Amino acid sequence: MKLVTAIIKPFKLDDAREALSEVGVQGMTVTETKGFGRQKGHTELYRGAEYVVDFLPKIKLEVAVSDDKVDEVVSAISKAASTGKIGDGKIFVLDLGQVVRIRTGETGDDAL
Amino acid sequence: MEALTELAYALDTFYFLVMGAFVMWMAAGFAMLEAGLVRAKNTAEILTKNITLYAIASIMYMLVGYNIMYPGEGVNSFWPGISFLLGGDNTAEEVLASGGDIYYSNLSDFFFQVVFVATAMSIVSGAVAERMKLWSFLLFAVVMTAFIYPMQGYWKWGGGFLDAKGFLDFAGSGVVHLTGATAALAGVILLGARKGKYTADGKVTAIPGANLPLATLGTFILWLGWFGFNGGSELVVSNVAEANAVAMVFVNTNTAAAGGVVAALITSRLWFGKADLTMALNGALAGLVAITAEPLTPSPELATIIGAIGGIIVVFSIVFMDKIKIDDPVGAISVHGTVGMWGLLAVCLSNSDATLGAQLLGLVTIFVWVFVASLVTWMVVKVIMGLRVSEEEEMEGVDIGECGLEAYPEFTKSN
Repeated sequence: MKLVTAIIKPFKLDDAREALSEVGVQGMTVTETKGFGRQKGHTELYRGAEYVVDFLPKIKLEVAVSDDKVDEVVSAISKAASTGKIGDGKIFVLDLGQVVRIRTGETGDDAL
Repeated sequence: MEALTELAYALDTFYFLVMGAFVMWMAAGFAMLEAGLVRAKNTAEILTKNITLYAIASIMYMLVGYNIMYPGEGVNSFWPGISFLLGGDNTAEEVLASGGDIYYSNLSDFFFQVVFVATAMSIVSGAVAERMKLWSFLLFAVVMTAFIYPMQGYWKWGGGFLDAKGFLDFAGSGVVHLTGATAALAGVILLGARKGKYTADGKVTAIPGANLPLATLGTFILWLGWFGFNGGSELVVSNVAEANAVAMVFVNTNTAAAGGVVAALITSRLWFGKADLTMALNGALAGLVAITAEPLTPSPELATIIGAIGGIIVVFSIVFMDKIKIDDPVGAISVHGTVGMWGLLAVCLSNSDATLGAQLLGLVTIFVWVFVASLVTWMVVKVIMGLRVSEEEEMEGVDIGECGLEAYPEFTKSN
């Protein structure tokens, strides 16, 4: 089992969600977050004084999937969240040691 | 005939009271404007300052300030003398016997005047925001509303020497706005800038306000209240000529503010590349301050231009203040001080009774008196209880340190 974590642009959330739905992923966790990568921040002016905006708003999307679905899911998110411009984000794939469905007590792949 | 006289008295008294109530509402405007332009962690404290200074002004001016400013017959044209508490009011017999000289209730005049003191005091709260101790500010407010403001008020509106010299100030570009801004300037010089506002390499750090909807609402409230501020300062409404004058004052007040907004917004767009809302808001207020010294004699077109010039001046002044490291989170010193001076001089553009010499005399007198008296007062306050919160409290936010609560407790605290 793997936890696929994607940092994407906020306005791409709906597209990513639809794409995941199409590959059969039922659930996900979404967090509002901030971040930057190799892109440099840009500057704005407030009452004539410059300020640097380097932390940009992002969405963190987390999906727990079975090993055989990982490539499909990564590909789906990647295509949906891509704009071709800087700041598109990254996808991390982590190993999941255990998964439990709290309501029923199911574990492992049955809990995904 | 007697009934008409009594009716006119009632109408003019009513006018004072209602216009005074409009100006009172400006206290809400200042509170919202300032709350919107400071950071979330400092919002409750500035609101506390705003409502309490209004209360202090009301009490101190009643106790002693009003009589200093309007003694009737001062000791001489510099020194009004001191007396306490408000007197009684006019009887119908006295009014009818006065042949029109007594045309309003004494207490209605007090009410109309007390809200102006509060306005002047409120200008200070924005400039010293986010790092001054609350109680130090309130102690200063006691002295300002009891003595510093009334003294210069006496010299002009109370019939003192500035009035005798022909200094003109219809509703208070000098007496109220420049006064407030000057007291603020003295305070800010002693207080210092917010930590991190000016970096060692000469850069200015932007510290954005937490709630621009509130700042905008505050500006609109001030705009509305200003109709009372300028309109009421005509002091009479109960005949055709005066009613028309009041109407002209309302129209000019409105159009000057409008000119200020447009000019400030265009200046912001041309200079910064974007339409800075906070500059537009300051522009509206600048337009209002600019016309306040003389909202009656200009044509509406000229009033618009006077306001617009105020709107341009204020943008440059705000940036300039940062250049000389005068940290003013809401732009109060620029809006009310720099543009207050413009307002006093602009009187010469439309009022043939005005002379540049008399306007300058008034401007300089008010500035010097208020600056020196305020500086001394701030220094005394500093010795008694200090002016500035600790560095730790400033980082944590004065809401927690001074008020023990948060303005937006359910929002996650950001830096």
